[in-house]
Amino acid sequence: MSINNDDVEKIAHLARLAIDPAQLETYTQTLSEILDLVEQMNEVDTDGIDAMAHPRDTELRLRADAVTEENQRDKYLKLAPASENGLFLVPKVLD
Amino acid sequence: MHNKSLRELAQGLGNNDFSSVELTQYFLDRIEANKDINAFITVDRDTSLQQAAEADKLLAAGNSGVLTGIPLAHKDIFCTDGLRTSCGSQMLDNFIAPYNATVIQKFRQAGSVTLGKTNMDEFAMGSSNETSFYGSVLNPWDKDRVPGGSSGGSAAAVAAQLAPAATGTDTGGSIRQPASFCGLTGLKPSYGRVSRYGMIAFASSLDQAGPMTRSAEDAAIMLQTMSGFDERDSTSMDVPVPDYSADLEKDLQGLKIGMPIEFFNTDLDSEIASITIGALREYEKMGAELVEISLPNSHLSVPCYYVLAPAEASSNLSRFDGVRYGYRTAEFEDLLDMYKKTRAEGFGEEVKRRIMIGTYALSAGYYDAYYLKAQKIRRLISDDFTRAFDQCDVIAGPTAPGTAFRFGEKTDDPVAMYLNDIYTISVNLAGLPGMSLPAGMDSQNLPVGLQLIGQYFDESKLLNVAHRYQQVTDWHLRSPENS
Repeated sequence: MSINNDDVEKIAHLARLAIDPAQLETYTQTLSEILDLVEQMNEVDTDGIDAMAHPRDTELRLRADAVTEENQRDKYLKLAPASENGLFLVPKVLD
Repeated sequence: MHNKSLRELAQGLGNNDFSSVELTQYFLDRIEANKDINAFITVDRDTSLQQAAEADKLLAAGNSGVLTGIPLAHKDIFCTDGLRTSCGSQMLDNFIAPYNATVIQKFRQAGSVTLGKTNMDEFAMGSSNETSFYGSVLNPWDKDRVPGGSSGGSAAAVAAQLAPAATGTDTGGSIRQPASFCGLTGLKPSYGRVSRYGMIAFASSLDQAGPMTRSAEDAAIMLQTMSGFDERDSTSMDVPVPDYSADLEKDLQGLKIGMPIEFFNTDLDSEIASITIGALREYEKMGAELVEISLPNSHLSVPCYYVLAPAEASSNLSRFDGVRYGYRTAEFEDLLDMYKKTRAEGFGEEVKRRIMIGTYALSAGYYDAYYLKAQKIRRLISDDFTRAFDQCDVIAGPTAPGTAFRFGEKTDDPVAMYLNDIYTISVNLAGLPGMSLPAGMDSQNLPVGLQLIGQYFDESKLLNVAHRYQQVTDWHLRSPENS
C-alpha cells in the first residue's frame, strides 16, 4: 500500500471532496494501485533532464491588457445556483 | 443518404437532390429510431432544423462551402451557446453554455448544422464510456460491448450512421481508441493545431479536438474547418494550415513507415498483431518501406500520463465549486461543507479518483517525486519520437491492445482500464498527430484499428497515408448494417 486511510482523508480535504467513511478503504486501495503503477517512473534516472511542460516548449502567449468582452452579467448569473442583486450567493463566511 | 461521404452529401445539396432540412430531418429520425445506443445526451430538433433552414438559404444564394447544410454531431465537451453542455457529468447536468467553443463557432460559420451533443465518459475520463452520468453507450457492432471512450457517443453515432461525421477530443487516446472499437477513421491533431477555447478542460497540456469520420477524405474536410490559430487559446499555435485534401492522392512510393519494436513485442494480442502486420504489408505493395524503430521509453507513458493528466485535471476541475454554475448540494452547514458535498455528489467515482491522484501528486512534499519526475519522463518519451523520425516518415502500430470489450469487464480495475491506452498515450505526451483507421475485423467480427503517428503539424501526411490505404481496402466502408 502506497498510502493509508489518513492520507486519503487528507487528500480528499485538500481536493474539497467529502468522503463517505464506508468507502474510505476502497479509495485507499484503488488509489494505492494507481500510485503503484506510477512508481514505475522511479526505474529511470532523470537527473539532468529538463522538465517538459509544453510539447513545443513554447512560452504561453500574453495578450494586451484590453477590454475584449462585453458585459454579460445577467446571462452568467442566470447559471448560478444562487444569486441576488447581481452577485453570486455563497453561505455566510464571516459571523 | 446515411451511406454518403461528406463530399457526396455536399454534391447532393448543391444539385438540389435534397435540402439541408430534409437531410437533417433524416438524421434526426435515425437518432430517434436508434435511441437504445444512447449515443446522444442532448438533441434539440427545433434548433437543428432552424439551422438547416438557414443553411438552405445560403445554398440557394450560392453562398456555400463544402460543409454548408451538413448535419454534424458534437461531443458534449464543446460549449454550445444556448444548448446544454454537460461533459457527461451530473455537475453540469443543468449547464446551458453561454457561448460557443471556437470549434463549434467554426462549424457554424461553415454553415454546418448541429445535430446534437454526444455522450462521453464524465469529463472525458474513461476508455469505455461507462463513466458517463447519462449511462453507457452501446457499440453498434455488438450491443453487449463498449464503444470505447471517452468520445464513445461520437464514435457510436458515426458507426451507426446517425450522423455523417462527428467531433471528438483526445487527451490519451479518446478519439483513436473509440475509432478503433467502432471501425472509424479518427484523427488527433498536433497539440496547438485546433483551438481548445470553449472545450471543457481535462488536461490542458494534452487535450486536442479532432474529427471522427468514416474516411480519411471526410477527416480532411472536417479538420480543415477545425484547424487554425485562435487568440483565445493561449496554447494555440500560429502556424499556416495547409489544404488537407490537396495531398490525399500522393503516391506512397519510397515512404518509410517505422514499426516500433516495443509495440510488436510478445505482449501484443496475436490477432491484433496479424491484422496490423497485414495492413503494413498492403503499404509495402504500394511501394512503402517498413523500418524497425525503437521507442525505448514508451513503457513509461502510462505511468507518466497518470501523474500529469490527473494533476492538470485536479487543477482544472477545482472550478466546479457550486458557486457560479452547475450543481450545488441541497443541504450544507458552511462554505467548506458546501464545496465538499457539492463536489462529492456532482462528480462520479472515476473523476473523484483522478482528482485525488492529481491533488496528491501536486501536494507539498510530493511535487518533485511525481509531477516534476513525470515532466522529465515526458521529455524522454518525446525525444524517442524525435530520434525515430530521423529514420522514417510516419510510425505505424496498433491503436489499442484489443477490440471492444464487454460492459463491466474492466470497471472494477482502474489500472486495467488505463492500460487500454498503452499505444495512444505517448502520442499525446509528445504532442504529435495520431490517427486510427479500420484495418480489419477480429474473429468476433469486431473492428480493429491501425494507428498512424506523424511528425509535428504533419496531419497532411497522415491523411495521405490513410487515404491511400482506403483506396485499396474496404474496411472503412463496412458498417454494422452491411457487414
